[in-house]
Order: sequence, then structure tokens, then C-alpha cells
Amino acid sequence: MEGLIASLTIFVLAIFVGFEVITKVPPTLHTPLMSGSNAISGITLVGALLSAGHQHTLLTTIFGFVAVVFATINVVGGFLVTHRMLGMFRKKEDR
Amino acid sequence: MSATLINLSYLTASALFVFCLKGLSHPRTAVRGNLLGALGMLLAVAVTLLDRQIVSFEVIFAGILFGSAVGAAFAVKVPMTAMPQMVALFNGFGGGASVLVAGASFLETIAAGFPPPARFLVAVSATGIIGAVTFFGSLVAFGKLQGLVTEKAVVFRGQQAVNAAIGLVCVVLGGWLVTTPWDPASYLALAGVASVLGVLLVIPIGGADMPVVIALLNSYSGLAGAATGFVLDNNVLIIAGSLVGASGIILTRIMCKAMNRSLGNVLFGIGGTVGTGPAPGEEIYEGKVKSASPEEVAMLFDTARRAVIVPGYGMAVSQAQHAVRDLANLLESRECEVEFAIHPVAGRMPGHMNVLLAEANIPYDKLKEMDEANSGFAQTDIALVIGANDVVNPMARTDPDSPIAGMPILDVDMARTVVVIKRSLSPGFAGIPNPLFAADNTVMLFGDGKKAILELIAALKEF
Repeated sequence: MEGLIASLTIFVLAIFVGFEVITKVPPTLHTPLMSGSNAISGITLVGALLSAGHQHTLLTTIFGFVAVVFATINVVGGFLVTHRMLGMFRKKEDR
Repeated sequence: MSATLINLSYLTASALFVFCLKGLSHPRTAVRGNLLGALGMLLAVAVTLLDRQIVSFEVIFAGILFGSAVGAAFAVKVPMTAMPQMVALFNGFGGGASVLVAGASFLETIAAGFPPPARFLVAVSATGIIGAVTFFGSLVAFGKLQGLVTEKAVVFRGQQAVNAAIGLVCVVLGGWLVTTPWDPASYLALAGVASVLGVLLVIPIGGADMPVVIALLNSYSGLAGAATGFVLDNNVLIIAGSLVGASGIILTRIMCKAMNRSLGNVLFGIGGTVGTGPAPGEEIYEGKVKSASPEEVAMLFDTARRAVIVPGYGMAVSQAQHAVRDLANLLESRECEVEFAIHPVAGRMPGHMNVLLAEANIPYDKLKEMDEANSGFAQTDIALVIGANDVVNPMARTDPDSPIAGMPILDVDMARTVVVIKRSLSPGFAGIPNPLFAADNTVMLFGDGKKAILELIAALKEF
């Protein structure tokens, strides 16, 4: 039970941190924020690596493999496309 | 590597994610922020690979190589106009991965023989439901945005009752999974029913409401990750997932506010009218709409000293952003001040217009938010509306019975002259006529956005 409480504490506090940090994002950056935060949600990759690497049964290994593929697309694609997008945002004097 | 070191690395990765989001809140620091996020992810993945329980790396590396190649190809190739559907698709992948990870973890645990704790089973159920809803909901959103399935809202009688019933079935199946933790079928049934729910939740949302659903699915994909963290007892998943969950919820709220609708209202397709046939009240256009040729519009611009361009989804559809940039440059070279006024829900995802204009190399300090833009329209010679409709409909201010009553709009009608580039007088997503098109100070330039702008540029160069 104590473990659960600790996890819940972290969960709730992290949500508050998220609210505080993100409220200030200007509309211009909404799309990069979405694709960037999207890439972060690919953190499931960490779990996928464990599932794929444990190799308990064939089924769990297949699940793990597909999860690794999905999460990696999410992570790599997300960070790269955000980088590409942000490269396009410039101020007047930069031109 | 000891568990302490691994967990310290996860903590560092979590901190980097916070810095990433913090950095993304300003254009100057955004690139660095994104890189910090990627660094955090790299660190988290690297220390995970040192886990002693991993017995084989072939499958892992095959998956990473394949996923990286696909992800990179998408990221490099996708045109900026297709960004909404790509973000939708990536959201889905994150949710799908969570479903599979929780499933694998559940199967491993029941194969091990001893009964898992209830908190583990609750987390597995939650991940299965949220993840499957995210995956299939995102696929439907992707299909709608990509034009694979109808973009219209699909509504049928009793839809909300059906959705509520299916949601209830999900909860019951979750209860079954928690009370009979030895049957893999419970998880499959749970994920299956939640998948149906995911599809049904997104089909009644269409067209102009897409920014809300994209933001919401973004939030779900984070929550699915956080739920997976509860399954695996892994703090970096919980932290990263809840950060993303919070960010998605904030964007969802901003989008709802910009349409003056409640979240429930958008989610259940209330107010999202499905207009077939002529919209009611079209008689307001009769004899009042003034259509102009590109040459006549060019003449208006010839003497203008301040112009504000208002882009909408139509600009994205006709890929007009580069032509718009050329027009803006031409006007500036003729001593006409040019600004862009961006409505928060213009386009199909939060910030859609900003990205398109950035792609066309328009500096972001020329893009004005709604409030700032509205204070400037009275001093504007020409407001040029390209492919926008509901977000410039003055009925939101004047008619309390209108479906868009109270929605904050761009007050283009305050400008001296309004030029609207549009293919026809057809209504926007709200399905209502727009008195702006019949206003005394409005001229319509009918045609495809890009073509009309190019003709306007050609005509303006004649002067």
C-alpha cells in the first residue's frame, strides 16, 4: 500500500508541475508543444524494452516487439518532427 | 548497474522532461528544450537496457531499428499541412504501446503463478482501457484528417447511451480482471471493448472540432503512459506521462474556451450540426453579396496602408501559405504594413496556422493573437480573410440564439474593408450563414485560396 501512495503522490505532483510549466506556452508554439510532449509520452518505450527483453513466452515477446516499434516511432518521429518544425520559427531579424 | 543508479538516472530523465516542456514555452528556447527532452529519453532508454532481467537484445534492437527508420521517415517527409494527422497517428502509437506493455506484463505475472497485488491489476485494467481508447480514437482521428473516412460528425440516435453502456462494460471487465487474475482472456476482452469505445468516442467529432480531440488524445496518450508506470512501478513513466497528460488537458481547455463550448459538449457532438442541403437563413445573402475580380481587389490594396491577413483551414487545404507570404512581402514593399491575425481554433489542431506560416518563412512576431489583433482592426484598411468562416462570423457577438453565440471571434468587420477569399458561400462547420459576407464593407473574391492569391499578386504587380 505504501508503494501505491508514493506512486500516487508522484503522479499528482507531476500533474501540478505540468500545469504550472505549460500554462505559459504561447499559441504560436501549440503545435510543437503537442508533438514534443507526444514524443515524451513515448516513454512507454522503457516498459516495452523490458517486455521485449524478458522473453518469458513467445506471446509476451511479440507484444514487446510491437510495443518497442510503436513507442520508437512515437519517440524518434516526435522529437525529429518537432525539431524540424521549430527550425522554421524565426524572428524578423533572423531572416 | 545498481537499482539506485538506474533510479537516479530516471530521476535525471524526468527533470530533463520538465526542462523540455519549460523550453518549449518560448520560441527562443524551444529548440534547446526539445533537444533536452530527446536527451532525457536517450538516458532513460540507455539505463533500461542495463536491466539485469533483459536476457536478449536481438528483438529489442530489431524493434528500435525498425521503429526509428519509420519514425524518422515520417518526420522528415511529412508536409506541414499534414501535421495534425501525423500528431494524431503518433499519439495512437504511444497508446498502442501502453496497451501491449501492460498486456505483456499481465501475462508474465500470471504465468509466474503467484497472485499479483490488486493495485497491479487495477493499473493493468486502467492502462488497457486508456491505451486502447487512445490507439483506436487516434486512428479514427487520423483517418478523418487524412480524408480516409468522412470528416463530418457521425451521429446516430442513442449514441451517448451506447457509449455510456460500452464504458460501463469496460469497467465491469476491469473488475473481472481484478477478481480473476489468472485468465488472459479478461485482458483481451477489456482491450477489445475499449477499442470499440475509442472508435465511437471520436466519430461524432468532426471538422472544426478536431483541434479539441487532437489535444485530448494527446492528453490520453500521456495518461496511458502514466498508467503503464503504475503497472511497472516505474516513476519515470508516471512523471513523464502525467506531464504530457497535464499539457494535453491545458490545450484541450484552451481550445474549448476559444469555441465557447464545454468539453462535454464537444465530446458528445452536441452543437456540431451536420448540415446537408442549404443552411437556414441563407436569404440574408440575397442581393447583398458583392463579388469582385482580382483586379478590383488589387485596386483596393493599392492604396492600403495597413492590412491584416486572417487565415483559416481553407488556407491549409489549398496549400496557399507560400503564396500568402509572397503577397505579404509584395504589400510590404509597397509600404503597406502587414500583420496576421490567428484565431486559436483556426485549422485542425492547436497552432496549425502558426506552423504553416512559419513554414512559409513568415516571422512569428507578425502573427498576432486574437485579443491583440482585435484591438487593431479599427485602424486597418483591409482585412483579408482566407478560407476562414465561423471564426470571423459577427453573429457570435450579435445573435444570442446562434449556435456560436458567445464564441470569441476575430472582429474583421471592424476594418475599413473586408476581402474574403472563399470558394463559395457555403457555411462553415457550424452550419450557419455568415452576415459578414453580405456586409456593406465586404467584397468576396470567389475561388481557390492559392489561385486567388496568385491572381491578386499578378494584378497588384500591374500597378
